[in-house]
Amino acid sequence: MLPKWFNTWNRDNPTNIYGPAILVGAAGLAVTVAAFVVVVGQPYATDSLQTGPRGTGMSVPEFESDLSEADPTIAGYLTRAQISDDAIASISDEALQNVPPGLGDISDEQYAELVVAMRAWTGIPDLMEDPDNYQTQIAYTMVGMTQSVNENWIGHVQSNAEVGVTCYTCHRGQPVPSEIWFRLGPVNEAAEGWAAVQNRVTTQSQYTSLPSDALEEYLLNYGQIGVHDLESHVAEYPSEGIQTWQDAERTYSLMNYVSNSLGVNCVFCHNSRAFYDPAQVTPQWATEMLGISMVQEINNDWLVPLEGLYPPERLGPVFADAPKAACKTCHKGYQQPLQGLNVIGEWPELALVESD
Amino acid sequence: MAEYQNIFTQVQVQGTPEWGLETENSGRERIGKPGFSTLIGWMGNAQLGPVWLGWTGMVSLATGILALNIIGFNMLAQVGWSIPEFIRQLFWLALEPPSPEYGLSIPPLQDGGWYIIASFFLLVSVMSWWARTYILAMEHKMGKHVFWAFGSAIWLFLVLGLFRPILMGSWSEAVPYGIFPHLDWTTAFSIRYGNLYYNPFHALSIVFLYGSVLLFAMHGATILAVTRYGGDRELEQIVDRGTATERAALFWRWTMGFNATMEGIHRWAWWFAVLTPITGGIGILLTGTVVDNWFIWAQEHHFAPMYDGSYGYEAYGTTYQEFIGQESN
Repeated sequence: MLPKWFNTWNRDNPTNIYGPAILVGAAGLAVTVAAFVVVVGQPYATDSLQTGPRGTGMSVPEFESDLSEADPTIAGYLTRAQISDDAIASISDEALQNVPPGLGDISDEQYAELVVAMRAWTGIPDLMEDPDNYQTQIAYTMVGMTQSVNENWIGHVQSNAEVGVTCYTCHRGQPVPSEIWFRLGPVNEAAEGWAAVQNRVTTQSQYTSLPSDALEEYLLNYGQIGVHDLESHVAEYPSEGIQTWQDAERTYSLMNYVSNSLGVNCVFCHNSRAFYDPAQVTPQWATEMLGISMVQEINNDWLVPLEGLYPPERLGPVFADAPKAACKTCHKGYQQPLQGLNVIGEWPELALVESD
Repeated sequence: MAEYQNIFTQVQVQGTPEWGLETENSGRERIGKPGFSTLIGWMGNAQLGPVWLGWTGMVSLATGILALNIIGFNMLAQVGWSIPEFIRQLFWLALEPPSPEYGLSIPPLQDGGWYIIASFFLLVSVMSWWARTYILAMEHKMGKHVFWAFGSAIWLFLVLGLFRPILMGSWSEAVPYGIFPHLDWTTAFSIRYGNLYYNPFHALSIVFLYGSVLLFAMHGATILAVTRYGGDRELEQIVDRGTATERAALFWRWTMGFNATMEGIHRWAWWFAVLTPITGGIGILLTGTVVDNWFIWAQEHHFAPMYDGSYGYEAYGTTYQEFIGQESN
């Protein structure tokens, strides 16, 4: 088929075309991809939030595709304006009699609207119907807790703007909120002390080998989070009350949990060269400090005392303890829960401990 | 040309096994029948064995295997003797040092006791291997350079697991035996003592570590590049400089004005490698014993610069709503 001179020439001039072909092909592909990225734009574009001085590397990077996607649970939030007269009319008289303490001063209509909203927010269709129902009994406390959080922890829940919390902040339409936690105790068999509480894949260690008892130690037991000496030379050695590298590891576990809960990194709050230094932190660090105190109060004053009300299947798998809250229970991976949606503005009933 | 650009060794010698020097003890201490492997010949000498075991090798292997087994069986016990869990969580598992409250006393087996026992066997294993490098060098009437180089690594090993825990008064300060957990220790150790990057000995150690890498790359590349002129016969070239050495020297002198020599480059490499763990060990030993917060120490010694600018995204004209593209919210 090919002319004779061509075949002869090829036979007389053997050349390895495969080696160069791979090289030229690879180089050509690289040039094509580079040209594509320059012309069309790179498919994984990122944006970043600068959080500190230039030169410190303080920024929170995000994919633009993630940023453009709103928290899907925002759409499921029932606002006051959406409550129909039919929905209000469907609330039974029994339910209207069941007014939790703290809401005694509001009108029947206001209360009926709130019951409609609470049922939608928690996904419990008969909430407040039967005073002996455990969910209704827990709701009494939860209303008080919501009011307390909105009034007493305004520095945290309204640190940027009027946002606040309602049942929906944690529940998101689910009777049992996601991202609750229970005490785990030792996670390793055949080990005690420091060796027993870490080095396992658990949700509380956020799948790291860091200690799994950080939430319990800091958000339930008021453990000391800071581990640093504030002078360059300190005469102290590992003993009772002295912070060791083990404590630093537990703190790291908590901090890793916090950053995953908020979808941020270390430098959202800290200058990572000196984690402890209050002169090198962002305003969000102070918001977080309030948040930690708030969670300690939520757990110890509100959630733990409910232990006797839950049926056994709602209690913890190890210690049969009451479910507890932490950062992720509200934040769900976002810097601000529901991406900063103002949920309290139209529900002043949930913002006041004692209404006038 | 292509044979000079290969990642594998291009020259293999296979034939009658080379038994090495006949020394006083060699017949008794050498074990194993020598064989040849083309595969290992791609990476080094094609001949495998015989091995000079000796009493140091025996002790080192026995105690090393014991230590590894103690660590492994502790991990296995932690997952309830489940082999699938052991494999699944292997990188997470560890044999941890004792809890801090035990100080330098012997803790219960379940809370660091096994760690102390494993560490003891590991210590014996490493030290007898160290002795082995000395004895074998003696047997070959070599200098003791390998022995001292290994000694520098052992210095860091001893600082981490023996000297510093004793100075701190607690075995709990030692490093866990586990893949991820020893990295957790490293991070927590740095954070606890105010950021190890401000520890000048840590900085020196990094310089020597990265410097070793650079020198090794430069030296390996140079010798491969002049092998065609006999540059691979480095020892001869030290005392009988040929065109390979001249070209290599000229290349670097034209590149950066200075060149090492066939002898000097090996002294550079040895010292850089040896100083990496020596300086690192000094840095670790000072941490928590002499200096408790390296960042503040660095501020006191004026090498922690302060940066101009505010903290928090608000200071940079942004809000969270803008960042997530919901400004009109």
